[in-house]
Amino acid sequence: MVRRYLRLLGVQLKASGLQALQYRADFLTEGFTSLCWVFTALAPLFVVYGRRPAVEGWTFGESLLVVGWFTLLQGVLEGAINPSLTGVVEHIRKGTLDFVLLKPADAQFLVSTQRFLPWRAFNVLTGLGLFVYAFMLLGRGPSPLGVLASVLLLGTSTLLLYSLWILTVSAAFFVVRVDNLTFLFSSIFDFARWPSSVFKGVARGALTLVFTYVIPLALMTTFPAEAMLGRLPTVSLAGAVVGSALFAWVARRVWIRSIGHYTSASS
Amino acid sequence: MSARGVLRALPTMLRVGFAESIAYRAEMFVWVLSTTMPLVNMVLWMAVSKDAPVGNYGQVDFVSYFLATFAVRQLTSAWAAWLINWEVKQGTLAMRLLRPVSPLWAYASENVAGFPMRVVVAVPVVLVSVALVGADKAVPQHAWGWALFLLAVLGGWAITFLANVAIGALSLFMDSSQKMMEVWMVLFFVCSGYMYPVELLPAGLRAVIDWLPFRYQMGLPVELMTSAHDLPTALGLLARQWAWVLGMGVLAVTLWKQGVKRFAAFGG
Repeated sequence: MVRRYLRLLGVQLKASGLQALQYRADFLTEGFTSLCWVFTALAPLFVVYGRRPAVEGWTFGESLLVVGWFTLLQGVLEGAINPSLTGVVEHIRKGTLDFVLLKPADAQFLVSTQRFLPWRAFNVLTGLGLFVYAFMLLGRGPSPLGVLASVLLLGTSTLLLYSLWILTVSAAFFVVRVDNLTFLFSSIFDFARWPSSVFKGVARGALTLVFTYVIPLALMTTFPAEAMLGRLPTVSLAGAVVGSALFAWVARRVWIRSIGHYTSASS
Repeated sequence: MSARGVLRALPTMLRVGFAESIAYRAEMFVWVLSTTMPLVNMVLWMAVSKDAPVGNYGQVDFVSYFLATFAVRQLTSAWAAWLINWEVKQGTLAMRLLRPVSPLWAYASENVAGFPMRVVVAVPVVLVSVALVGADKAVPQHAWGWALFLLAVLGGWAITFLANVAIGALSLFMDSSQKMMEVWMVLFFVCSGYMYPVELLPAGLRAVIDWLPFRYQMGLPVELMTSAHDLPTALGLLARQWAWVLGMGVLAVTLWKQGVKRFAAFGG
């Protein structure tokens, strides 16, 4: 069973890979635009830290780690999650989801692996570059245990992003026009550019609570950055793992419910 | 097409555009919600200025600045570049070209017709700003302030729209100018005063930005709304803004005219 799905994933990845190799010039433009967007993430950082040595306990180098995680996850989101799930919305609108549902494999698996944009991996590289630069500024390396924890958190963050997406797509079964929601989602994701404690001073910490528990943005970028710095409490790490697993479970439930709600093109 | 013909067609085009903006109001609402970046920056700068003001800006000033940014973004946004790219790729531009009025008028009127809807979004934000920081910081203080602000918003919209047309027209020379638009957007975010007041930038950089169009798309209307300038400075900046409107207009129309000659749709 597992082997069959792994093989299926291999096939889908290969198809996307071949498609990407057709457009080699995309490699350069993708790299260039990714650098451009990193620049917009960094510009306010430079302006803010030109005025203050630290904001809410985060120095320039430490905030750079958060931006690094933001960039990395943006790559994951736009390269692996966005393209296939935008495809689902298209399927639903055109009524071609029937073809997917009829195939002898799990529909959620099929739709989430249908398309990858490998050149977006450039964002991941840029994120890694930012980590190196940040630690050079901080004048020390990350703790080995911290790196391990942050890799684990990369897994949970990806799972969280993916689950949030599944929830968004599930909404498509009910309202059909959700391609706009992708923009909404990316703009909320913007909040994750900054350490979540920055938002502590506003509305009596309500925003921090929202971004930790309701839309778990803090878990995605602030937690891994803290883990790299070796100051993430173990409780938070455990909370992130349990929380994201729970979130994924809920998303899966909602997806199954929505599929049941789906009326095909012919009915 | 004569000027008289354009004038005769304009009311109808505006009416159609307005009907469209009403029909897609839910979509419009999601678009509005997805321009939340000023709010992110507002919260951030409030945190930064909690203990001491940054430059001339205290916490209250940041609130009024970024709420004004949010409102101005609603009023000055344009998306003609995406539309032109799309229509060139699909070949549907041919249909527009068959009509007796230049497509540029159609794009412009579609954009302008959405205005009432956008005002409906912007006005409550301004009212919230007044409630939060008081009328003396949220809106212009004098009648001339209001007049200059409206002129600046109009100029800001014109630069944005014409830049969109110019970049969109580039798609007639290359396959797609989407990436070009992305680069423009990045420069806009960084240089326009959208993410931080340009006043906070180092003096050297600010001098460069004064010569670029981006600040006049966003920063200038916002500054006039929050009464950041006295009359002579404001007039000087407005003059620069309208010089850009003129320059962009010439560039956009030239690119468009040259580009359309190269356009060959399916079956064309």
